[in-house]
Amino acid sequence: MSLVFYISSFIAILSTVMVITRYQPIHALLYLVVSFLALAVTFLSLGAPFAAALQVIVYAGAIVVLFIFVVMMLNLGKQTAQQEKEWLQLRAWLGPSILSLVLLAEMAVLLLQDVPTEMPAVVVTPKQVSLSLYGEYIIAVELIGFLLMTGIVGAAHIGKHKKKSLHRFLQTYPNLN
Amino acid sequence: MSTLHAHTVLIVAAILFVLGLAGVLTRKNIIFMLLSIEIMLNAAGLAFVAAGSRWQQPDGQVMYLFILAMTAAEVSVALALVLQIQHQHKTLDVEELKELKD
Repeated sequence: MSLVFYISSFIAILSTVMVITRYQPIHALLYLVVSFLALAVTFLSLGAPFAAALQVIVYAGAIVVLFIFVVMMLNLGKQTAQQEKEWLQLRAWLGPSILSLVLLAEMAVLLLQDVPTEMPAVVVTPKQVSLSLYGEYIIAVELIGFLLMTGIVGAAHIGKHKKKSLHRFLQTYPNLN
Repeated sequence: MSTLHAHTVLIVAAILFVLGLAGVLTRKNIIFMLLSIEIMLNAAGLAFVAAGSRWQQPDGQVMYLFILAMTAAEVSVALALVLQIQHQHKTLDVEELKELKD
């Protein structure tokens, strides 16, 4: 399974690099789908089939589709790509990228200091996950339900187009004159 | 076939997280910043799943599930905000959004 892991994580990293360097938002979204699917294969190779299925269904199937809907509604065309090209100059991205690369190098050094432990080739089945989820984590599941409800209500409230309301002195009445 | 070590998986997760961080830091378009935040959350989920697989416990996948639900709520609110920003300011540049007044 380790060969599967290496190949899929390489694809995930490559497509993530493509996501953060694209000019057109829709191209970035399509590369993001590839990245999520590659991560799903990674989960599968780590012995987590339930997480892999959820990655495909929820991330690649629901969240990215939501992004695509919004990009379609915003009607971002060639103008946006041109603007992105102007914003993404070398001096704009070089500094933050170098600093985060230094952080990544530190993290890699810290991780490689330890004695390497092998990943066991054991599958954690969906049955185990659901027994744990509805057993010891039941209070967290209920809280997540609250959070999702808040998200729905918040999105419905924020996304509503408000009608502009004027003070009654500033209103014009067409039937008066 | 070579065996897979735990720190390899964690390094992959760290690379993905740093890529998302670089995306948030360098992009000015708010949609790309949201995409990068998704990438970072996904990398955190990969670390959780790897830890759960390392100890052969389901807790890692349970935490991944919570991250997933949190991401869904966050994305729905954030995309509604993006629509509202585009409607009011006619731009997606985050530097245009520094004024709190409406």
